[in-house]
Amino acid sequence: MPHKPITRAALLVYGILTLLVLYLPIAAIAFASFSKARYLSFPIERYTSQWYGKALESSTVSDLIVTSFKVAFAVMLVSVVAGFFGALAFARYRWRFRGVFQKFVLLPIFFPQAVLGLALLMWFNAIGVTPTWQTAIAAHLVWIAPIATLVIAIRAYGFDPALEEAARDMGAGYWQILREITLPLLWPGVVSAGLFAFLLSWGNFPLSLFTTGADLTLPEWLYAKMVSGYSPLVPSVGSMTLALSLILLLASAACIRLTGRRRRRANGGEG
Amino acid sequence: MERIEERQGLLSALPVLILLGAIFLAPLLVVAGFAFMPPKVFHLAHLPSFENFRIFFDQGYHAPLLRSLGMAGAATVLLFVLCYPLAYGMAKIFGRFSLAITLAVVATLFVSENIRLFGWVLTLMKGGMLPGHLEAWTGLEMDGLLYNLPIIVLGLTYAYFPFMLFPLVQGISMVPDDLRLAASDLGASRLRIFLEIDLPLAMPGIVVGSLLTFVLAAGAMAESKLLGGQAVIVMADEIETAFTYGQNWPLGSALALILILIVGGLAILALSKIDLDGIMGRRS
Repeated sequence: MPHKPITRAALLVYGILTLLVLYLPIAAIAFASFSKARYLSFPIERYTSQWYGKALESSTVSDLIVTSFKVAFAVMLVSVVAGFFGALAFARYRWRFRGVFQKFVLLPIFFPQAVLGLALLMWFNAIGVTPTWQTAIAAHLVWIAPIATLVIAIRAYGFDPALEEAARDMGAGYWQILREITLPLLWPGVVSAGLFAFLLSWGNFPLSLFTTGADLTLPEWLYAKMVSGYSPLVPSVGSMTLALSLILLLASAACIRLTGRRRRRANGGEG
Repeated sequence: MERIEERQGLLSALPVLILLGAIFLAPLLVVAGFAFMPPKVFHLAHLPSFENFRIFFDQGYHAPLLRSLGMAGAATVLLFVLCYPLAYGMAKIFGRFSLAITLAVVATLFVSENIRLFGWVLTLMKGGMLPGHLEAWTGLEMDGLLYNLPIIVLGLTYAYFPFMLFPLVQGISMVPDDLRLAASDLGASRLRIFLEIDLPLAMPGIVVGSLLTFVLAAGAMAESKLLGGQAVIVMADEIETAFTYGQNWPLGSALALILILIVGGLAILALSKIDLDGIMGRRS
C-alpha cells in the first residue's frame, strides 16, 4: 500500500525523536563525567577530565575491569560453542524433539534475571561451591547462551541444506563438512553471537548480584556506588565502559565487513 | 538421510541441553524444594511444610506482587503503543534507514542497564540535566521528578524498549503488502485494515514482544531501586530482602516460586502457541 509522504515524514521524525530519548540518559552520564564539581548539578559550570585520571589510577577500578573482562571472555567462548551446535539443532536439522528443544532453549530468556541469580546461589550452596567470579560465568550463561543460540539460529535458517548434502555425497566426513561448509556459512552469525555474549556479560548486573561472592564486577561496583550517594567516579567509569562497548562494536562491524568482502572476492563477486 | 538428521539434531542439542540442565533446571528445582521447607533453614533435609505460603498470605506479600504485575502490565501496554508506529515504519517504510535504527537501538543494550538508569537519575533529579537547565533558563524553581510510581513505569518502559520493538518489527514484516493493498482497494478503512489484517497477522510478534517485556518488567529490581528510591517496594525487592536481611531462604524461595510460576506459566503458554520457525523465517 503506498504511503503518503506526510506519513513517511511523521514516522521518520518519530523514529529520530525516539533515538534521542534512548540516548538522553547516556548523554547525561557523559556530560556528568566531565563536571568539575564534587556534587553534580546542571548546567555544568566548569569542565575537567580529572575524574578519568582518578579512575585510571585507582587499583580498585583496574581490578574490576580485569574481573569483568575475564567473566565476559569466558561467557563468550562457552556460549558461542554451545550456541553454534545449539543453533544447528534449533534451525538446521529436522529431528523429532526440535519443537520442544526450541522452546526449552528460549525459556530462560523469559525468566527474571535476579530470581535466576538467587536460584543459582542456592544451587551452588547445595552442591558446596563457594561463589566467586567463576560462578558468575555460569550465572551469565543461563541468559546469554540461549541468546547466542538464537542469534546463530537466525543465520542458520537461511542456510541451504543442499550444500552439506552435496559435500556428504562427495565423501566428506562430519567434521570436514562442519569446518569447510557449515562454519564459514554461519560465521557472521557466530561473530555477532560472540559480540552479543561478551557485551551482555560485560554489562550484566542482576545475574552477577548474587553469584560473584566476594568478587565484584564493574556493574556491581557501579551499582553499590550509585545507591550509596553520588560519586564523581560513577559517571567517568560508566563512560569508560561505554567507550569500550563502542570500540568493540565498531571493531567487529569492520571485521564482518572485511571478511564479507574477502569472501565475495573469493567467490568471484557473488556472495 | 532422516536417520542421520535425527542423530545429528540430538547430538548438536546436547551441549546447550547439558548446560541449561545444570544452571537453569537444577537451580529452579532447588528453589522449589526450599519453598516447601520450614522457615529459616539452610538445608533441604527437613520435613516439607506449607508455612511459607501461609506467611505470604498473612503478611501481605500479595501487595508487592500485584504492584509488580500492575507496573509490568502498564509498561507493556505503553511500550506497545509507543513501539507500534516505529516498528511499522521499520518494517514497511524506512528501507535502509531501519538498519541504522536497529543498530542504534541494539547499541544501547550493550550499556549496562544500571548505567542507563543512573543516566535517568542524573537527567531527572533535582538539579539534574532537565530540571537544572529549565531552572537556569526560566528562573523557575524546579523539583526533581524522581521517586514515584509513574517514573518507575517509565524506567521499565525505557529499559525494555528493544524487547518490544524488535519482535514487533519481525511480526509486522510478516504481514503481506498485497493483502493490505487488496483490502484497501475493496474499500476497507485504515482502522479496519489495522484491526482485521495487521493485528491478527502480526500477532506472533506482538505476543513475543508483550510477553518478553511483561515478564522482564515483572521481575525487575534496578528500576524501582534507582528511580524509585525506597518509596516503592516491588516483588523482586521482597525476594531479595528475604534472602539477604531476612536470612530466610525458604520464605525467599516461596516468594520466588510464586513469581516464577506466574511468569514461567505465561511464557510456556505463549511459547507453545506460536510457530517459531514461521517468525524466524525458515525456508520452504
